[in-house]
Amino acid sequence: MSEDKRVLLEKVREFEARTGQTVDSFPDDANNTASILKERRYLSEPLSSADARRRMSAASRRGFLVTGAAALIGVFGWRWMSDETKTGIYRRAFEFNEKVSQIFYRPTRLAPEFSPDRITAARFNGDAGLKSDFDAASWSLRIGGLAGRTEDLMLTLDEIKSLPRTEMTTEFKCIEGWSTIVHWAGVRFSDLLLKYPPKTHNSSQPDVINRPQDLVQYVSMTTPDEEYYVGWDMPSIMHPQTLLAYEMNGEPLKPEHGAPLRLASPTKYGIKQIKRIGRIEFTSDRPRDFWAEPQYGYDWYAGH
Amino acid sequence: MAQHLEKKHPLAVRWLHWINFPLLTLMIWSGLLIYWANPVYGIRILGYEVFQFFPQWFYELLGVPFRLAEGLQLHFFFMWIFAINGVIYIAYTILSGEWRAIVPVPSSLKRAVRVALYDAHIFKSKPPQGKYNDAQRIAYTSVIVMGAGSVLTGLAIYKPLQLAWLTSLFGGYQWARWIHFWLTISFVLFFVVHVVQVAIAGWSNFRSMITGLEIVDESETIRDPATTAEEVTV
Repeated sequence: MSEDKRVLLEKVREFEARTGQTVDSFPDDANNTASILKERRYLSEPLSSADARRRMSAASRRGFLVTGAAALIGVFGWRWMSDETKTGIYRRAFEFNEKVSQIFYRPTRLAPEFSPDRITAARFNGDAGLKSDFDAASWSLRIGGLAGRTEDLMLTLDEIKSLPRTEMTTEFKCIEGWSTIVHWAGVRFSDLLLKYPPKTHNSSQPDVINRPQDLVQYVSMTTPDEEYYVGWDMPSIMHPQTLLAYEMNGEPLKPEHGAPLRLASPTKYGIKQIKRIGRIEFTSDRPRDFWAEPQYGYDWYAGH
Repeated sequence: MAQHLEKKHPLAVRWLHWINFPLLTLMIWSGLLIYWANPVYGIRILGYEVFQFFPQWFYELLGVPFRLAEGLQLHFFFMWIFAINGVIYIAYTILSGEWRAIVPVPSSLKRAVRVALYDAHIFKSKPPQGKYNDAQRIAYTSVIVMGAGSVLTGLAIYKPLQLAWLTSLFGGYQWARWIHFWLTISFVLFFVVHVVQVAIAGWSNFRSMITGLEIVDESETIRDPATTAEEVTV
């Protein structure tokens, strides 16, 4: 036993004899995590009981006053925020989160793709925009906001199918929290843009590949009856896994899943993957979005 | 007999702890509003579901149904403050040396069992400890790791494409959601035990989380002479 420990032990024995109390651990007791990790304690000089109590109650008054004030600020802050007229706070928070997402966004990052044997049963969840009478045979896609063109371009399904075909098996995620694995076939939105470039916001010649930042930054899509509508940012629409899909799980799209043409993309929640697209428009103004309307209050961006 | 005032909890830790309390409450509450929209988890024993999270009466009692959008609004607002508060706490704990009072060592497990036996009045002598006993060290360190786990699984669910590597680290989107859910349940269980233990430990211990100070007897100060005691002005 080292000299230090002997002295310390003597002190401890002396303390035990003087007070009749037992000291339960010694420095050579390696079974004390506090000693192993060299924990420090911070003690005042020795005080009489009365002094200790007096100082303690002063500190206590201070502490509880400050804590009480902080708690009141918290409660009133929360009540202020919970007021229905303050939903702007949350919309701005969504927009802030969107900006942060855009900073870290890389179009080269891809959602995982699955082998086709992992496909799960398709789930039907929303019929907004699908309730009106609809004749698929006479349908054609209208596209507005293209470069060098004032009137809408009309594309039949066959014309869309003549564009390069892309297939993918990806996870379809609903904002409610469930997900399914779906095999999609269709046309990459970016392939459509290459063939039919949108207008630019600075009246330069559109260059979809080299200068996508010059293109107008939003895409609006609506169902033929205009009951459902979504807005997309250009980077997400240009993502290589954003498809205008006409086949789902190896079959032509069914009406409830958005026949004849819908959006399919693992870059955003299902609410953004509009079914039965009637019209697409490229625009500089941030488009309205069905579920982002104030009465619903979902995130406009809803991006992954 | 002489007494000392001990500076037990640093000011930063007290603020961070008490700010975290309403934040975690709001994250759990908004999480419940979100979870309601797809309430798929339960406890299964031998293939039978013995408990489903959550029964309908539970949702109705708390007024949870059809508030998904509100839940998302709250969750994606308060997540920032919750995460920033947690990062500051961890940074402070590391830089100040406070971690020495909180983290366990491998042999802590054995001593935590002794703490439990002592608390159950089976063992007579109190196992040696610093500010926290070894059961507390394990619990507090776990809850910090859980907090980090909640942030990371949350990010994996929030950005499963841009952070696809993180999502796959947790076994995919649905596994990340499952872990995120069970971490939340664990927070609630931690909270219940924590409050009961604080109630048992008594007023002086609770007050020290407000004031930072606790009155200790001289015997307490030499209980563990190996722990470096520093004289400070309070």
